[in-house]
This record gives sequence, structure tokens and C-alpha cells, in this order.
Amino acid sequence: MPKLTIDGQEIEVEAGTTVLQAAEMLGIEIPRFCYHERLAIAGNCRMCLVEIEKMPKPTASCAMPAGEGMVVHTDTPMIRKARRGVMELLLINHPLDCPICDQGGECDLQDQAMAYGMDRGRFHEAKRAVSRKNFGPLVETVMTRCIHCTRCVRFITEVAGMSDLGALGRGEHTEITTYVGRALGSELSGNIIDLCPVGALTNKPAAFTYRSWELRKTETVDAMDGLGASIRVDTRGNEVMRVLPRTNDEINEDWLSDRSRFAYDGLKRRRLDRCYVRRDGRPVEASWSEALAVVAERMKAAGKAVAAIAGDQTDCETMAAVKDLAMALGSAHIDCRQDGARLEAGLRASYLFNSTIAGIEEADALVLVGSNPRLEAPVLNARIRKRWLTGQLTVAAIGPEIDLTYRHQWLGDGPSVLADLAAGTHPFFKVLSQAERPMLILGQGGLARSDGSAVLGRAAHLADAAGLVKDGWNGFNVLHTAAARVGGLDLGFVPGMGGRDVAGILDGARSGAIKVVVLLGADEIDMDGLGDAFVVYLGSHGDKGAARADVILPGAAYTEKNATYVNTEGRVQRTVRAVFPPGEAKEDWRVVRALSEALGKTLPYDTLDDVQTRLAAINPVFGTLDGVMPAAWGRCGDDGPLDGAPFVSPIVDFYRTDPISRASETMAACSAGAATQTIQGKTGTHG
Amino acid sequence: MLKDRDRIFTNLYGQHDWRLAGARARGDWDGTREILAKGREAIVEDVKNSGLRGRGGAGFSTGLKWSFMPKGDGPRPHYLVINADEGEPGTCKDREILRFDPHKLVEGALLAGFAIGAHAAYVYIRGEFVVEARHLQTAVDEAYAAGLLGPDACGSGWAFDLYVHRGAGAYICGEESALLESLEGKKGQPRLKPPFPAGVGLYGCPTTVNNVESISVVPTILRRGPSWFAGLGRPKNSGTKLFCISGHVNKPCTVEEEMSIPLKELIERHAGGVRGGWDNLLAVIPGGSSTPVLTRETCDTMLMDFDSLRAAGSGLGTAAVIVMDKSTDIIRAIARLSRFYMHESCGQCTPCREGTGWLARMMDRMVTGDADLEEIDLLEQVTRQVEGHTICALGDAAAWPIQGLIRAFRPEMERRIRERGGDATRAA
Amino acid sequence: MNAPAPDEPFAFTPESLARAEAEIAKYPPGRQQSAVMALLDIAQRQQGWVSQSAIEAVAAKLEMAPMRVQEVASFYTMYNLRPVGRHHVQVCTNISCLLRGSDEIVAALRERLGVDFGETTEDGDFTLSEVECLGACVNAPMMQVGDDYYEDLTPETARAVLDALAKGETPAPGPQGGRQFSAPEGGPTTLTGAADEGES
Repeated sequence: MPKLTIDGQEIEVEAGTTVLQAAEMLGIEIPRFCYHERLAIAGNCRMCLVEIEKMPKPTASCAMPAGEGMVVHTDTPMIRKARRGVMELLLINHPLDCPICDQGGECDLQDQAMAYGMDRGRFHEAKRAVSRKNFGPLVETVMTRCIHCTRCVRFITEVAGMSDLGALGRGEHTEITTYVGRALGSELSGNIIDLCPVGALTNKPAAFTYRSWELRKTETVDAMDGLGASIRVDTRGNEVMRVLPRTNDEINEDWLSDRSRFAYDGLKRRRLDRCYVRRDGRPVEASWSEALAVVAERMKAAGKAVAAIAGDQTDCETMAAVKDLAMALGSAHIDCRQDGARLEAGLRASYLFNSTIAGIEEADALVLVGSNPRLEAPVLNARIRKRWLTGQLTVAAIGPEIDLTYRHQWLGDGPSVLADLAAGTHPFFKVLSQAERPMLILGQGGLARSDGSAVLGRAAHLADAAGLVKDGWNGFNVLHTAAARVGGLDLGFVPGMGGRDVAGILDGARSGAIKVVVLLGADEIDMDGLGDAFVVYLGSHGDKGAARADVILPGAAYTEKNATYVNTEGRVQRTVRAVFPPGEAKEDWRVVRALSEALGKTLPYDTLDDVQTRLAAINPVFGTLDGVMPAAWGRCGDDGPLDGAPFVSPIVDFYRTDPISRASETMAACSAGAATQTIQGKTGTHG
Repeated sequence: MLKDRDRIFTNLYGQHDWRLAGARARGDWDGTREILAKGREAIVEDVKNSGLRGRGGAGFSTGLKWSFMPKGDGPRPHYLVINADEGEPGTCKDREILRFDPHKLVEGALLAGFAIGAHAAYVYIRGEFVVEARHLQTAVDEAYAAGLLGPDACGSGWAFDLYVHRGAGAYICGEESALLESLEGKKGQPRLKPPFPAGVGLYGCPTTVNNVESISVVPTILRRGPSWFAGLGRPKNSGTKLFCISGHVNKPCTVEEEMSIPLKELIERHAGGVRGGWDNLLAVIPGGSSTPVLTRETCDTMLMDFDSLRAAGSGLGTAAVIVMDKSTDIIRAIARLSRFYMHESCGQCTPCREGTGWLARMMDRMVTGDADLEEIDLLEQVTRQVEGHTICALGDAAAWPIQGLIRAFRPEMERRIRERGGDATRAA
Repeated sequence: MNAPAPDEPFAFTPESLARAEAEIAKYPPGRQQSAVMALLDIAQRQQGWVSQSAIEAVAAKLEMAPMRVQEVASFYTMYNLRPVGRHHVQVCTNISCLLRGSDEIVAALRERLGVDFGETTEDGDFTLSEVECLGACVNAPMMQVGDDYYEDLTPETARAVLDALAKGETPAPGPQGGRQFSAPEGGPTTLTGAADEGES
């Protein structure tokens, strides 16, 4: 525990702490470009120079470990001069194009130049020009602006675990580029835009559409996957201009997946902005009262033969309201598992990511079952890789053979391997049972199948047999891909006594036993299976469900409402409205509330507060926001027979998983690009 | 003058057989086993007491450097890495050892490796030295065949392997941590220090990096005793030294002389004197391209060793003496070096990547006088912005020759600018 | 940087592969990446230059990402990332050579070959390159052709070397003026075998 003095203040820090970090603890800010707390130290920008007594030269504080008795000065004439010198050298070949640079206003170089820049240029040579590079559809490059800090290369290499970005050449001709000009292959590539301290890497889809100071910033929560990453939605007027991650060490650290970041143009396309009622086979615009009247009429006629299916982005308020309404109507036909995952609502620990995401960093053994976290939750996958890089995590996988960005043992592709593991006859059982903090991650690919309950049962049995659940540690984890799923299970949005699940609802719709089906943004079911049922679609996008619907009720997307979601860990979080829903669209629960009135079964809540109070009444977990409550462990699943079919990941196309991303042109471009590169990769040809 | 019997590199000019038989005839591999039998610490002590300072340029005590290696057997192997990436302009001394006296290096590697607890050594030889690498590899093969290297090197019981690793054209790999990066199969970009190689070096293991000449003199030092070596040259500047005398002398050559020999004597005795006579001397770069230039007056009395040259604001560096007579376009000569540093900057850190290019371009304009008078000060200031602010010493090396030029030849720079018009149009 | 050269298929020949294995064996297990420079050199000696396919072959052999091999190949000047002539003439223009007349040597080479730096003669025989110090400074001016150094050049001897090469001959490398390597012209001042006593 070295003790050192920085600018006259003494501080004791843990061994290995750098001088820059120690200064930060004292609230002393040291300028930097290359240093980033989540990346390896590069020490190349030389902006963080400080004076350390008894050292002959200024020292890069980012790379210097704090030493006992060190006396550091961060703001002496010598240091100011050194930093001014470095700043001038950074600027000589940097273009003077700030007025047309998208980084303008939030540029580290610009900011530091205010503090250390000169009022005039002394450089009279020709400035260096560097050609643009193709990084793919997401990252715009203006490499003439690059200051060679290598944050992007380090991120892609270390965090994303890909090796397709590098620095070629040397000296002043060093250029950052992708391998032979191919698009970046990572699902986390957009993070290099945030990391780039200058305008070399910017948001390509948003190029030239905003100035950062025009934007209103709303801190909210992502609903594009089951992670619930902390995000900031930047808007101008009533338009989402970009989505950025917010630092949250418990969930996403500083990162965000490319879908969560870039699908936002899908929020502006194919939107349902008014009610439609199908008349003579064609959807016809209708007023709210007309549409609700039609729905109420049909529902009344259907009596108890009414069913509701929640989609992957349905908020908890809406699900609670629909559940309450269904109960009032006497129907138990509700389900939030549109993919048919055999999850049970009873035992919370059976459907949570119990270890927590941050807990991955304590794990020492991991088996993935029917999950490809790289596509199902890229940011969580980066956390696994982070742990793996320490050399303290052994990983094995049962499922498709895939590149997870970290080395792992592939044990096989189907449930029989899981059965062997659970029975303790597979060699990897020993690894798990001897580990201090063993983990199992069960993906939807293991659950959304006919033998899903048996898979769940075997996984739970393995958890018991290998000691995955112990004092202070629960290594049993379900990885969700849907933002709505845990909330739905917490609310019991599953068939009640005598109720039908998704498959049962579809059977009923076909046979006529179910007369009305309400789809809450549920677009992933087999629409043909709805038979002659009267279909009400409440949601935000004109996707498959709306195309089948008899009545369309326009709802709000996750950026347009204050709503509750529960992430895969069981963390209850609230989104904050950044923009208003388009046209006549409304927050979904209010639509349900209005429908209840039209049905004469008025739900007993008028305000958001009222609904949220109701959530907590249904399940006390909703009473605590943003935290994770350990859930009690127990038996789940069953011992039924296992299918021989291999596990497959539910995500076929990472960029197009839901109504929003399917409406996004950016995601379509990524999807097309990824397909091309896969073909190139397989044939070994180069662009 | 150094007596021939005190010369270490007795086949400097390749007059004799450079292979094992010839080397043995010249005394190499004589009693190596007995030297090893003295033990690690005794060898380190002897080398310390000999006063040997690193011949790669920095002049750090070789024995002291060895003593920084962890003692005893740790969990990580130790490595000896020999820097044969000779590339400092003006310098061609290691080349002669590699091609004509390779067994001195091989034997020295065994002794040094043993002294630092290493069972393996790599010689990193610049890629262009193809013939030299071939000779060295032949010597290594001969040594294995004769049992001088291998699982029981010289019958000492010490297992020792020596490998030749060829570079591929990057001056920066002469910097020890860049060399290690390169040896690991990466771009040769210097590492941040700390940690130092003795703690975290090749493959993360304790490593000592020494210059070819430093290693090659070790067997003779150990055979003849540290006091013999320490008795040559001035105190703290002991031993013999290979000098490369190039440029405007009548007979450029490489020669082994006693450390601290007067510069004038060195040039006149061995290199046939300055072209046109001593009075025709303009300046001397005394220790390879990065050492600041000395003017004629300083040269008259200069002693060629670490401390005298440092006191004169320059350095012994690699002892590559570059002589320039009065016909020299001194600004162009230094500008050529600035181009070199720009070309060889690894590009990793800001001051060097950006500064070397700026300096080189300003220097190009200084050659023709296409500059403002104030730009001489600007040039000087930019060298100060680079110097001392970089990860490795290449930034310093780029700065010093220009500083030396301005210090010694400012009037000439001003004259050119004035003659061209004083306030010339700038290259845009 | 210029556009990359068009690719040319590459596969290690059995001989190259054997040499590659020998290079890999120099390094501890798991450290095969250390052989990347050697393998790039082997590939270049086989193909004449380092094509993108060669980079990928090296990457595959060493279990490295192609990008990491490409970085190495682009960092070091000896890898030719585009084809060069049969004889690669690399002339040093650094300080010691400059002082001894490399300007005249360069002029002679340009004139003899009719090409500038970075260019290849139409018959594909010669590529002319300017290089940094090659470490033969007391034998300046000098040039390297292929693996060999030609030293103590004059415009005449420089031309003569090229003439010989063009005729398919192998001119003797080393000092072209006939002296003993790096000894002073006219004979060594040391190591003469003369009695030391008489000298001091």
C-alpha cells in the first residue's frame, strides 16, 4: 500500500495503482487521450505527463505505478510546457475542420486544446492527409483526424476479442485500418466511436445530422435485449438522434451492443401512429373510440375465449394491466413466452441470471448450455471474455460450435451431453464441481423446445450435483434475449388455472376455442396459426402482427414511455420517456386502461403511479428499483425425456431480432454486410 | 596506442579463419569450462570490476546490469538477448565481430548467459546482415557440434542454447524493449518502463539485453582478468573499444583502440588523417548519428570516452566517428539524419511520430535557406518538445543532432536564410 | 498509403515449410509467433515479395490473426509488399555514404537503370530503392543487391556491378576498391604482427 504525495496531498493507494489513478482519487484531473480505465495502458499520447521528484524527465502518469514516498506535481510550469508541447504536436497534422466534424463540441482534443493549445499555428509544412477506411456501415472514418491513441484497436482486440483492426505502417505513416478493408466483425463495434477521443471515428448512420449541443439527453434503460443496459437517448425535437451507453459497472460497464446503439432509426420507420380497423379485408383508419369500441364488442362476444400474448419488449405496466383485465374477463389464457420457452413463473431463481453480470468476474468455471452469448447479449459476452482473459475462468459449451471470442471446450451440440454432465459422468463435471464459483448459463436455445422443461430440469439437477448453488453464490443462470421476459414471469404473465400457453392459444385460435387474441407487440409467433380468431395488435411497429391484425392499436416504443422492465438478472429498472410516441400512439397500459373502460371492466388505476403500485402488489420485487435481490433456489423443470435434436441459438440474425431492428435500415445494412463477409470468410477470397 | 597483444578482436579484418579452428587458434574457447566453474557471482563480480560499460551506446555498467537479474532459480526462465541490430548511422563495428569473430560472441553468450542464470539466448541480428547471420549461424552450429553449446555446454553441466533471430529492417529494434517486442513476433514498438527487462522481459521473463561488442569482450576479460581491462583507458572509461571512422578521412576504417584515445590521434594514426589535413576539419559526430556534433576546436583535444564526450555536451554512443571536412554541407548532413529519424520513428508516441516529421521538413528547408530567421528558434523549441517526452530514446536521438547543429553552426544557418531572401516563401 | 498490390496465390513449398519448422523450433512452445519475421522472409524468398496470400499462409501456420501478421509485414522495411525486380538494388544515402559521394552513386544508378527510387525497370530485372544506413559506414558509399553488400563504390564500379548482374554474372561482393574489408586502405595499422614494443 504505497503512500505518495500529489500536489501536496497525501494518499495511500493499493499496490499497482497508477499515479494518474491516484490523482483521480484526489480529484486531480490529468489530461489524457490514450488512457482509458477499461483498456490496457498504452502510454502513447504523452498528454498525462507529470513531474515526479527525483526523476529526470516528465513521466507519463497513466503508466507509472504509484511508489512509496513519491512526490508528484501535476501542474508545474515544466509540466504545463510539456503538455503544451505535446498538444501542439498532436495538432500539427490534425485538420482544422472542427466546424464540420461530428465530434465537435464533445471532442477531447478540442477541449484540451482550450487548456493547452496555442493561439496560433507555427506549423508551416504540408499537413498529412490519410485516406478514409471502410469500417462497415456503423463507423464513419476520417482518418486524417486520427491521433493514433489506439483506443479503438485495443478495444476491438481486448474487449471485443476480434483481431480485425490494427495499425499498419510505422512512424507518421501509421494508419489504423481493418484487415484488407473489411467491415468490423464485432457486435460491439460502435463502442470505438465513444472511445475515439477525436473525430476520426464517428457515428456513420447519424453523420452530419446533429451538433452535440443541440441534443437533449435522457438517461434511460435499453430494451433491445435482456440485459437492460444503461443508455442515454439523445433527441432533438421529438426525434431520437442517437443512443449511447451510460456507465454502469453492474450491467454494461461503458459498453453497448451495436443493435442497442444503432437500431434507433427503426423507431422512426414503419410506425403505427393511428388506429386501424380491418373492414372488408383492408385496414381502415379509425379513431381511438371507434377502434376500442370494435375491440370491446368482439371481446364481450367472446366471453372467456380471449387470450393475450406479450411480446419481447412489452413493459411490465402493460402486462399487469392486461393480466388484470384478462382476470376480469375470466380468461387465464395469457403468456409472455412467445418463443415457447419452458420457463416457469413459480421459482424466481429458475429464470434469473442469478450470479449477476458483475458476478461473472468471480466465476472460475462456466458451462454454456444452448446459448450463444456473443449474439444473445454481446456486452455480457464481453464480461465473460474479460474474466477469461485473467486466466481464471475455464469455459465449456454445449450447443452449436461457435466463435465466442474466447477459447472454450466444445462438449457437444445436444441435450445428451447435458444429461451426462448432470449425471456426473462427463469429465467437465469435475471441473465444475471442483470450482469455487462455478456457473451455468442456460440459453433460450435450450428452453424454447419441446423438451425445454427436461433441459431445465437437467440443468437444475447439474446445479445441485456440481454445487453451483452454495452460500453466497448461485451459479445457475438463465440468459434472456427478451427485455420483457423476466418482468412477465415476475408478474405471472403465464397461463393461469386452465389457461392456455402460446401453443395452446394458437391451437384454440385454429379450432375456434379462442375467439380474440391480443398481441402485445408479439411478432415472433406463427401468424398463420391464429386461424379465424379476431386479432388485436397493440404495439409500435407495422411488423408481422400488425399485418395479421383485425384492429391495430398504436403503442409506444421503449424510448417513448416511462415504463418498467426487469433484466435477465432480475433487476427492476425504469425507462424514461425521451420522445413522445408518434401521431396518436399512446403508452400501452393507458390503451389497456381505456379498453377496460370500453368493456365496462374499468381497471382500478388512473395514473402511472397507480399501475406501478399495482406491480409491487402483484410481486414485491417491483418495490425495489435497480438492485438485485438474491432469489431462493429450488427444484424446477422436470425429468422428462430429452430430445436428440441439437441446441440452436434463437438468434439467427443478430441485427434483426425484433420489430424495431427489423424496421432499421442501418441494421439491414449490417445484416447484409455480415452475410457477405461470412461468405467471403468461407471461400477465403478477399475484398 | 593500444598494443596488439591487448587487442581482443584479432580477426577484425577477416585475415584469418573465422571458424572454430581459427577462433581456437586465436585463444577463443580456451578454459571456458574453468571460467564457468568459478560460478555465477564470481563472473558478475569480475565483469563489474573490469569497468566494462555497455558498448551499445548508453554506457551502463554491464556487470551491474547483470546483477539486476533475479538470483537463483525462479519459476520463470531467464533469457539473455544479444542486440546485433546494428543500425546507428556511422556504426559498423558489430558487423565485423559477427562475420569475422563470431566465436567470441558465442563464447561470450555462454558466459554471460550462465552469469545471469539463462539457459537460452537469442541474438537479434539486423535483417540486412545476411552474410553476417550466416557466419554467426555457422559458428553456433560448430559450437553445438563441439559440445560447447547444448545440454552440457563445455562440459560445465550448464545447459545453454543459442538462437539466431533475424530482423527485417527497423532501426528502432535496436532499442532493447522494441527488440523484445520484435523478438516476440510483433511490431518493434518500445515498451513502457517500468517494468524493466530484468523483471519483465522476453515472454514476460527476466531478461538481460546486451550489445554484441559488450558480450564479445567478456571471454577475454574473464581470461585475462578484470584488472587488465580496467587498466586500459581512463578510470570509469576502461578497456578497449572498436571505433568506426567514416566520412572525410583519407582511410576510413574500423579499428580497436584503447578507450580514451584522443580523437585526433585516432583519426590520424588509423584513418590516414582528415581529408586535406586537420585544419580542413569542420566537425565530427563522435558516436553515431544521435550524438551532437563537435566543432573543430573541441576536436583538437577531445578524448574518446564516455565521460569526456558527455562533458562536451555530446556522447561516445557507439563510437562511430563521422568526420566532416570544410567542404561539407553540414546542414544537409544533419538534415539527412533528421530524415532518418523520421523514417525510423515507430509511430507509437505523439512527440516522436509528429515531431520527427516536422523537424525533418524544417531541416530540409534550412538546407536551402527556405525559412524565416525565427524558425531556427522554432526548430530548437520543437526539438525540446520532443526530447524527454517520448517512450524511448529515439525522440532524444532525433533532437540532439539538430540541437548540436544550432549550437555550433547557427551563423551558417542564418547566412543561408539571409542569402535566400531572409523571409522566404514557405513550403505550403 | 498506396492501394495494396493485387494478390498472388501463395502456398509454402515443402522446402520452405521445412525451413519454417526449423525457425519455429527456435522458440518455446506456444511462442511460435516469434517466428513471424522468419516466415515472412521465407515466403518472400519463395515468392519474390510478400503477397496478401503469403500473409495469410504465415498467419495460418503460426495460428496468428492475419491482421497481426499484416502489421508486422508493414512495419519492417525489408518485406516487399508489392513485387520487385529480379535484383533489388538498395542504395544507402545516409550520412557516411552521403559524405563519401552517394549522390554520384545514386545518379549513376538512376542513369544506368533509367528508373527512379521505388521503380522497376521495364524488363523486370532491377528495382531501385533508397535505404537507410546499412551498417557498412567505413566502406561507404555502398549498396545492397539481394543479400550482398557492394562497398567502396564509385559511379564506375556501381555501374559495373549492375552490368555484371544484367549479364547474369555474380559480381564479387565486398569492397570494390580491393581493400581488406574494413581495414584502412593500403593495409591495417594494427594487427600487423609487428612487435608491440616497437610501436608505443
